[in-house]
Amino acid sequence: MSEQSESWDDELDAANELYVLRLFITGVSVNSVRALTNIKHICETRLAGRYSLEIIDVHQQKELAEEAQLVALPMLIKELPLPVRRLIGDMSDTKLVLTVLGLS
Amino acid sequence: MNQETGKNTDAPLTILPKSPTGVTGLDEITGGGIPKGRPTLVCGAAGCGKTLLSVEFIVRGALDYGEPGVFMAFEEKSDELTTNVASLGFDLADLQARKLLKIDHVHIDRSEIEETGEYDLEGLFIRLGYAIDSIGAKRVVLDTIENLFAGLSNMAVLRAELRRLFTWLKDKGVTTIITGEKGDGSLTRQGLEEYVSDCVILLEHRVSNQISTRLLRIVKYRGSTHGTNEYPFLIDEDGISVLPVTSLTLDHPVSSERISSGIPSLDKMLDNKGYFRGSSLLVSGTAGTGKSSIASTFAYATCLRGERCLYFAFEESPQQIVRNMGSIGLDLQQFVNNGLLQFHAARPTLNGLEMHLVAIYKLVNALKPSVVILDPITNLITVGSVSEVKSMLIRLIDFLQSQQVTVMFTALTLNNIVNEQTDEGVSSLVDAWLLVRDIESNGERNRGLYVMKSRGMKHSNQVREFVITDNGLELIDVYLGAEGVLTGSARIAQQLQEATGVALRDHAVSRKDREIERKRTVLESKIASLQEEFESVQDELNKTYVEDDLRKEIMEKNREQMTRSRHDD
Repeated sequence: MSEQSESWDDELDAANELYVLRLFITGVSVNSVRALTNIKHICETRLAGRYSLEIIDVHQQKELAEEAQLVALPMLIKELPLPVRRLIGDMSDTKLVLTVLGLS
Repeated sequence: MNQETGKNTDAPLTILPKSPTGVTGLDEITGGGIPKGRPTLVCGAAGCGKTLLSVEFIVRGALDYGEPGVFMAFEEKSDELTTNVASLGFDLADLQARKLLKIDHVHIDRSEIEETGEYDLEGLFIRLGYAIDSIGAKRVVLDTIENLFAGLSNMAVLRAELRRLFTWLKDKGVTTIITGEKGDGSLTRQGLEEYVSDCVILLEHRVSNQISTRLLRIVKYRGSTHGTNEYPFLIDEDGISVLPVTSLTLDHPVSSERISSGIPSLDKMLDNKGYFRGSSLLVSGTAGTGKSSIASTFAYATCLRGERCLYFAFEESPQQIVRNMGSIGLDLQQFVNNGLLQFHAARPTLNGLEMHLVAIYKLVNALKPSVVILDPITNLITVGSVSEVKSMLIRLIDFLQSQQVTVMFTALTLNNIVNEQTDEGVSSLVDAWLLVRDIESNGERNRGLYVMKSRGMKHSNQVREFVITDNGLELIDVYLGAEGVLTGSARIAQQLQEATGVALRDHAVSRKDREIERKRTVLESKIASLQEEFESVQDELNKTYVEDDLRKEIMEKNREQMTRSRHDD
């Protein structure tokens, strides 16, 4: 990350960076299932082998809701690489998801 | 109001369960509180006290009614909120530690969130549900949920979800307060009133003539009667106090006990007993006629009886009053020291009228005085119109009489000509009205006191001269003579003149007495000499009679003898 000033270095780094993603869903609701499918597809096609995707069912871990500042669900948090970004919705806007994840 | 609520609770039919807010006065207006297990909307512009009202609702619920509460803050962080309400004596940290309160700060910022498709607010539901279940909450505050609209852009989703949220809260059976910022032409910016149909409370912060007044109004309350007026409320160190002034009725108990005015000669004018306890008294007069002195004397007499007196001074500071009254022999300081006399001095412009009323209401409730003095009410005009002052005083009198508190107002009349009309129009409301006026004649002014009215007792119709001496106040009978009513030095001159007359007359009388005495002596001596004379004449006459008798007797004897001697022949 130290050579951020150089644009091609960024791209080189980006190609190797590890992605840490957390997806908060609510059971098997339509939006949750759709979001899971969409994000899995993106990860497999663009981040194969260099991502970890944690899927959290908020109904099972309600105490997380306050801690993670959950309001709208489903929500995807990109913990790494920094900066942390939050995406809500069923991830059907692939273009936007890719932009926010820095993969466009 | 209260009676109607009483009927509601007694009725076997529909009873709307209510949840007391614990906010002073609000439960009286709503007839017991806000709808239990339903959402209530509290709306108003920024800074009108929405958050405070909702915090108090939660805190009182937790402390006084055994109902733990969840405070979901969309604006302030938990520690900010705790600090903000600490000045009102609410220890939120302690309540949280005791599991009576759960503060959940919802942070939502559009710049940090990207919307990538369909979503719902299930996260909020889960959070709230978890918070409610974790402490067994019965009360919930959402302050202010409209911030969601700033954080999320899908209106259709938000509206549908809010509708679902309120239904869900009802199903949960929690009493909820939702706050909302006032919008243009509607109660809230996002039209929350469409979702919350049970009870809507509007708070306002109105500034007129540079004086601000906080007002509360129940816009709607489905299934319950409620006060519909705008009620002023006060935020101070004890939280919010709403004054439900017009819910008071005219059925307060009355006392026939009499209390002294502190001026014996004034008591004498009032059927020899003084004022009724719990009555309202008005002392009016032009400037410098001694209204405050009458009021202070009354306060002094009250404290002497060992009763509490609350003195609202709108013109002078307490120290000034104590000093000034010292000059007429009233030592008020001793009663200030032992707590019987409490001063509350404030410029009328400090607050709006309603605020003054609320402040008086609060102090009276806290101190439970037997006498309240407002000196003078005239200055209140500077913060309100005559009709506003009148309506405030009506409510004040109603309130005080319901508490059996005797109240004395002093009022400045501006002009001698119209003084029977002014007095802020309270003269018809009060039970007794003393009028002190200047009587100007012979180059000096003197005070005359009248009892204009005094309900329910015989009272003097005489004008008394009102004299302020070093030893207090006194009323003196005015001199009524051929020249009319005389007061002051004219009265004293007349009294002197009379005394002179008496002395002169006394002198004249004694001189005449002596003359008569002398004449009598002369006459008596004359009578004595005449008597002597008469007696000597009488003696003389008697002597002649005796001689005549003797001669007659002797001649009789001689003739008999001669007759006898002839017969002997």
